[in-house]
Amino acid sequence: MNSIPTDHALILAAVLFVIGALGVMVRRNIVFVLMSIEIMLNGAAIAFVAAGARWNQPDGQVLVIFILVTAASEVAVALALLLRIYHLWKNVDADEVSLLKG
Amino acid sequence: MSELFYVSAAVAAISGILVVTQVNAMRALINLVVLLLAVATVFFTLGAPFVAALQIIIYAGAIMVLFVFVVMILNLGGRAEEQERTWLGSVLWVVPVILAGVLLVLFIYSTRSPAPAAAVVGPKVVGASLFTTYLIGVELASILLLAALVAAFHFGFLPSRLEKSDE
Repeated sequence: MNSIPTDHALILAAVLFVIGALGVMVRRNIVFVLMSIEIMLNGAAIAFVAAGARWNQPDGQVLVIFILVTAASEVAVALALLLRIYHLWKNVDADEVSLLKG
Repeated sequence: MSELFYVSAAVAAISGILVVTQVNAMRALINLVVLLLAVATVFFTLGAPFVAALQIIIYAGAIMVLFVFVVMILNLGGRAEEQERTWLGSVLWVVPVILAGVLLVLFIYSTRSPAPAAAVVGPKVVGASLFTTYLIGVELASILLLAALVAAFHFGFLPSRLEKSDE
């Protein structure tokens, strides 16, 4: 089995993370911001798996499982809040719903 | 195996860019599912079949389904697409792309170790590690999931069902 250099896997992780960060910066719709956060989490997960594979240890995969748990709980709460925001203001623009009160 | 890594890496990067630049929410979600499947393939080529399977089952199979449900409930429609097109003008992308490019160069510059990935780390070793070394992490993860469950349940209640007031 050909081995993949750890460098290249970390470069892929960096590229995905930066694409996600770009999406968080640029988009105004909250749904797209949440999707970009998911892309960033996947980039970090690739970095963990690459590091764990480099040393032939399971720690990288264990941390990816925890990333999965964190992403699931964060998405659940964020989408529930998004539904409440839409129910109240009929608006998913992150610039418009910028006041905490009400 | 390494060709598979580079091909799925390219698929992941391209579908990531497609998600970020898309105006239609449903199409962006489909691109995100493609990205998750490509990342699962990357995990497999890096010798991590356990998390590759978990990625497909949990991330693409549960979290993305949740996203799709919520986007369909929101039912944003064509008006939202037009709004997105007016927001995403070409001038808007210049400074974020420059910032992202600087960040990417810093990340790539800091990678040092060219050592190749070793053999496959199977589910048995990962499971043993979860039950011994990372046991407290597993317990904390379950508490986190319980907290998220309670929070999502509480936020999910529409006020018309909870209180008897007019809306």
